[in-house]
Amino acid sequence: MSKQFLFDGQPVAFEDGQTILQAARAAGHYIPHLCWHPDFPPHGSCKLCIVKVAGRHVSSCAMPVKEGMEVESNTPEINAERRALLQMLFVEGNHFCPSCEKSGNCQLQALAYELEMTSTRFNHFFPVRPVDASHRDVLLDFNRCIFCELCVRASRDKDGKSVFALTERGIHKHLVVNAQSGRLADTDFSADDVAANICPVGVILHKRVGFAVPIGSRQYDEHPISQVAMAGAREKVSK
Amino acid sequence: MTDMKARVAEVVERHRRDASRLLQILIGVQDALGYLPADSLSEIARLLAVPRARVEGVAGFYSFLHTAPVGRYRILFSDNITDRMLGAPALMDSLCSKLWVERGKLSEDGLVSVDTTSCTGMCDQGPAMLVNGWPVTRLDHRRVNEIAELVRRQVPMESWPVAFFAVEDNVQRSDALLNAAQPHGDALLAAIRMGAQAWLNEVRSANLRGRGGAGFTTAVKWQACRDAPGEDKVVVCNADEGEPGTFKDRVLLTSHAEKVIEGMTLCAWAVGARQGFIYLRGEYRYLLPQLEGALARRRTAGLLGQAILGEQGFDFDIEIHLGAGAYVCGEETALLESLEGKRGTPRIRPPFPVTQGYLGRPTVVNNVETLAKTVLIARQGGETFAAMGTQQSTGTKLLSVSGDCARPGIYEYPFGVTVSQVLEDCGASDTQAVQVGGASGIMLSGYEFHRRIAFEDVPTAGAFMVFDSSRDAFEVAHNFVDFFAHESCGFCTPCRVGTNLLKGYMDKLASGHGAKPDLADIEWVVRLLRNASHCGLGSAAPNPVNDSLVKFRPSYERRLESLDFEPAFDLDAALARARAITGRDDDAAHLDLHQETSR
Repeated sequence: MSKQFLFDGQPVAFEDGQTILQAARAAGHYIPHLCWHPDFPPHGSCKLCIVKVAGRHVSSCAMPVKEGMEVESNTPEINAERRALLQMLFVEGNHFCPSCEKSGNCQLQALAYELEMTSTRFNHFFPVRPVDASHRDVLLDFNRCIFCELCVRASRDKDGKSVFALTERGIHKHLVVNAQSGRLADTDFSADDVAANICPVGVILHKRVGFAVPIGSRQYDEHPISQVAMAGAREKVSK
Repeated sequence: MTDMKARVAEVVERHRRDASRLLQILIGVQDALGYLPADSLSEIARLLAVPRARVEGVAGFYSFLHTAPVGRYRILFSDNITDRMLGAPALMDSLCSKLWVERGKLSEDGLVSVDTTSCTGMCDQGPAMLVNGWPVTRLDHRRVNEIAELVRRQVPMESWPVAFFAVEDNVQRSDALLNAAQPHGDALLAAIRMGAQAWLNEVRSANLRGRGGAGFTTAVKWQACRDAPGEDKVVVCNADEGEPGTFKDRVLLTSHAEKVIEGMTLCAWAVGARQGFIYLRGEYRYLLPQLEGALARRRTAGLLGQAILGEQGFDFDIEIHLGAGAYVCGEETALLESLEGKRGTPRIRPPFPVTQGYLGRPTVVNNVETLAKTVLIARQGGETFAAMGTQQSTGTKLLSVSGDCARPGIYEYPFGVTVSQVLEDCGASDTQAVQVGGASGIMLSGYEFHRRIAFEDVPTAGAFMVFDSSRDAFEVAHNFVDFFAHESCGFCTPCRVGTNLLKGYMDKLASGHGAKPDLADIEWVVRLLRNASHCGLGSAAPNPVNDSLVKFRPSYERRLESLDFEPAFDLDAALARARAITGRDDDAAHLDLHQETSR
């Protein structure tokens, strides 16, 4: 008999070594996430995937699931906190969805719809973050960075290039590229890199393909992110 | 240029081209060049064969590393609330005006910069500052004037009056630990005779718990490390005493270093470690020469190195790594990252350091005081040790007492002492509040002074800051909020953004523009920080605000512009830029909101 835990009151089977998020996902339960990606080890920075276990909040992407665990995820309490985390991400950067090329394909925007975020609530920080248009094929718009480090991890672990890294700390933390000039053009970055195609928001944009699919007909315009993400999970299982 | 390259190469070679020593290399290069020019980062990356972005990432993380020129004299005022209470802000303004320099900016001649830094651990002899990393204590206007003069005349620091740099131990009450004789291998010999596991059992019967604040049972940690697979175990002494208001480790490292080092060796014997590190906070760098001296003496005496005390196979040595101004590195997994030459970002746990710590090896990380205490256990046995204190909190605790009291300094008490007893002993009167455990601790109000210092009641890493009735709880909390916003590593969303949101609300209240909904928003952010943060820094960051809001709410409410109406933003302040552009500051260029609305 396989081991089980309770996810929002429903019994879910799991295998040893799975995290809460992995096990829930394999059983068809969606947990919101931004910095987690199925092809990478858990990172645990965005905290969108928080769940409650025995009265304590944990990151479901990183917490190994245990027999008999009772996990609360889709509850008004946890969703309110997730919504607030989204609001935090919105106010610390400069996110102007109507003019953003990523609109409709952006996970931050899609999650805001999913979790019914109707305002940003907090005061905006309006940070000054210059864009880097130096590269022939790719534009970097740091205004939208949410510090998930997927580009950092992908470039280091998949592309073997380490084009990106984070520097400074706290609210001043920001991405840098692997060149003394600070220009992407002076790195060995290529539009074919895994890192060039992994940004969940609109920082890393390919040039000359803007608005090829009109806003309104894009991925998350058609289906909510919970459905899109779980379709991906099902594909993975059937493979 | 070539000179720069030669100096960088010298430092990198000294560290055996080992990329895991990147932080130490950056500190060394900065020592050689004054700051870290962009070219030097590229050169370090080239020599270590690591991506330049990684080097830049680490260099940018630590407050004491500078990628822009900082002047021949870098003056940093300690900015703990206790320094502020002793008049630090006025002293800094005075120094800035005497040196014709704007706070936080390099003087035009490139000579001097003046800024603030997080608590430097001199609260009992403040206000304090660091000049090029060297602590100067007991500042007053006279001393500040003298410093301004020395800087203006460009007197090298070696020629400054020695009295400026005097750091006192200020031990006001000593007990078992501070009264004990310095060990010269006797504790170690006792443990070796017992055998490693029996020694560890002795630590268990002592029920020693971690003195860094969390109170984890030391023997459980040691046993887990001892039992973890892997031969290359590590002992780390956490001397990153960054908690505002705490300075007891500074005193232990100054006058009881032998106890700390013997404690580390006792730990190594218990868990089977060969390698040890002392992670020394950058603010205590002035202690480095004497600590190195103590290590050298013990090597000569056969208490470190190969076959310690003649015991075949007991090989252990210790190296000191410097921090560089990052409070978060006191968190043990962030400390390990820093020790590996990385940004000090706390790791995901599990796995815990006892199985996968420094470079993936089983590692014990213990506080300075915890390690020193093990010497007593080896000498007297666990049961004698456990006879002091309370059942759940055995032994004694060092308290760092500062603030509004007649006799600030170090007080060693058996666990279980009441807050009121400490207040009486240190000569505090008319006390309004006590902040126990530093910024991340608990703010106690008068009705709680009967409570006891113990893990089961009021736990603490050692800070004990006293505030009399002339102080304002809001200002205390405001200071701590600024501290956490500055020290957040920025890894997780709630801490990175939440600490800054709190800062924004506190600034708004301080400027007299708060409204009641702000208090509700503060409580909401407090909850998010507590619940969703990645590490203890974030979850403890809202404590001072929460405590002061619960226990001293009037100090917030009297700052509210209105109890019901919330001004969305300050219209008059929004016109500041327009005024600056037009060069006007007359009455007609200001908007008086109250007049507008009352008309």
